Amino acid sequence: MEIKSGVADDGAAGSRPGLRDGWERVRTMVELETIQPFFADRQDVLAEILGRYPEYGRRSAIMPLLWEVQRAERHVGEARIEEIAEILGLRATEVKGVMSFYSTYHEQPLGRFHLQVCSTLSCSLAGSDEMYDYLVEELNIVNGETDHEGRFSLQKVECLGSCGTAPVLQVNDDYFERVTRRRCWTLLEALRAGNLPAPWRERGGDNESAEPAAALADGGGA
Amino acid sequence: MDAPSEERITSRHHPRYRVTMYEHVGVEGAWTLDYYLGHGGYDAARKALTSMSSGEVIDEVRNSGLRGRGGAGFPTGVKWSFMPPDDGRQRFILCNADESEPGSFKDRYVLEDDPHQLIEGMIIAGFAIGATKGVIYVRGEYLLGYQRLQAAVADARRAGHLGPDLYGSGFGFELILHRGAGAYICGEETALMNSYEGLRANPRLKPPFPAQSGIYGLPTTINNVTSLTSVVHIIAKGAEWFSSMGTDDAKGTKLYQISGAVTRPGVYEMPMGASFRELIFDFGGGPVGTAKAFIPGGSSTPMFPFTDDFLDTPMDYASVAAKQSMLGTGGVIVIPEDKCIVNALYNLVRFYAHESCGKCTPCREGVATWLPKMYQKLLAGLGTREDLAVIEDMVINLLGTAFCPLADACAMPVEASFKYFRHEYEYLVDNGEQLHKRSAWWAE
Repeated sequence: MEIKSGVADDGAAGSRPGLRDGWERVRTMVELETIQPFFADRQDVLAEILGRYPEYGRRSAIMPLLWEVQRAERHVGEARIEEIAEILGLRATEVKGVMSFYSTYHEQPLGRFHLQVCSTLSCSLAGSDEMYDYLVEELNIVNGETDHEGRFSLQKVECLGSCGTAPVLQVNDDYFERVTRRRCWTLLEALRAGNLPAPWRERGGDNESAEPAAALADGGGA
Repeated sequence: MDAPSEERITSRHHPRYRVTMYEHVGVEGAWTLDYYLGHGGYDAARKALTSMSSGEVIDEVRNSGLRGRGGAGFPTGVKWSFMPPDDGRQRFILCNADESEPGSFKDRYVLEDDPHQLIEGMIIAGFAIGATKGVIYVRGEYLLGYQRLQAAVADARRAGHLGPDLYGSGFGFELILHRGAGAYICGEETALMNSYEGLRANPRLKPPFPAQSGIYGLPTTINNVTSLTSVVHIIAKGAEWFSSMGTDDAKGTKLYQISGAVTRPGVYEMPMGASFRELIFDFGGGPVGTAKAFIPGGSSTPMFPFTDDFLDTPMDYASVAAKQSMLGTGGVIVIPEDKCIVNALYNLVRFYAHESCGKCTPCREGVATWLPKMYQKLLAGLGTREDLAVIEDMVINLLGTAFCPLADACAMPVEASFKYFRHEYEYLVDNGEQLHKRSAWWAE
């Protein structure tokens, strides 16, 4: 009803629409403009995810649905939250409550390359604090920020389970391990050129992979 | 030589010791079904389902002496026997693959390089407790491991290792994979269940325990990744083989991890009861520079000074507990002489502050709010001796008072750092600067 009055108000000369009417108009415009449901042309993905869980556990699909959106759009916006709530028969605030609990779902769009610096003890002992400072200087953004071009985002994260191959830098979904200053520079050069190199897979310990760190001293990028 | 070494293997140097769980990690293509089948894969599951009763499987695991590898060390076979009698309700076997304890990284490599081993463990465990559905909850950051598991599950299903009526036994089993999204608290079993159900991952009150009321309120048994992969080898080689390794307190073989200031960090499979010295020096290659402390089993476990007495401690639950710490996940972190202990502890306190779920007052106010602030004050050179007393008092008020073990996990390492390195705290507050000022750690 309120939305209608907002729209009907459109262009009425002389009458200053109230703040609320103006806001409703903006909302209507935004919705009309952008809302193509995310899962509209992904019905197979949706069905597969919902099919994993029993009817009484339908709510379990929140996290996988959020992941689908996050991976495709590099964030989960308000409209997507509403859509997921609609699919699962929940209120948007319930979905938001779950989403905000976890650190890998983002409300704001991430850059094309999301750099995640592990800052916990083993990585810190291998220089991750300096790696973070280096990235701040190179990219001109700090923890939690995305640059103006939407190319890079920087985030300090907690233990990534790469303590034996520290320090680790996660770029989007890939781990880059044993990142020296030189390798970090090489990696950044590749990313600036728009290329995400193949991840450096290392294990250390028993069954160390065939390629030792030395062979990749020049970076393995490009 | 002392007598037990003849009967029981407590060193990786023992001529009869063989790496089992970690044998194929690091081998190119080890994650494929063909490779797994070519190395005896799914033989143990077939053996359990076709020639043993579920009770016999539980007995075998109980007799093996396997204790949970997630950190708490509860006997796995005993845990399995807690499941209530079958009343027709759906039952679940749940695998906790939400590895996120700083210093722990064993599960990651198993998930990535040997996913079928975990699937086989899940089948056997499901059969033992009468669960036809299994869930593997993988931490969100382990995308490669998740994808390898996904492919492995699809292959296993196609080849008849998952699905109805496995191996003609009449027992059917299905697996569901679920990704976390970055929350350490999900390693706590009831928080993990809430997370799986699509709720915020706050821990639940216990009792009821998971066996009575787990996922969706249904009977559930939850095990760590390497508890389940251990089961595969226990069934294949027998409980006696497993218990021929280890000490009176803890049997079998375990994946230990070593990181921090050592020459060759990584995962090493060793028999239970091997010493920290063997891990740190013989396999880890010894400390880089001089070490002053080591964390024995993941960041939650109280640290030890780097002295002979502690280095010669056998890595089993009782021996480490006797020295007022815990074996935990077996994730050793070596701390070098020139790392300021206050600084190192702030790093860990900050971690727990970030990961506190905010449900209960001691943790929300103590761990997530006041402890990091106190450490910031100290490190800014503004601390006083009274502040040290305040921190110690906070630790006492945190221990055992919070809803789940996360607050203890933060308080215990702080307590140990005061016990062994109080002089570094005092130096800092008296002089306004850290005793060790090294700030360059990054390799060129």
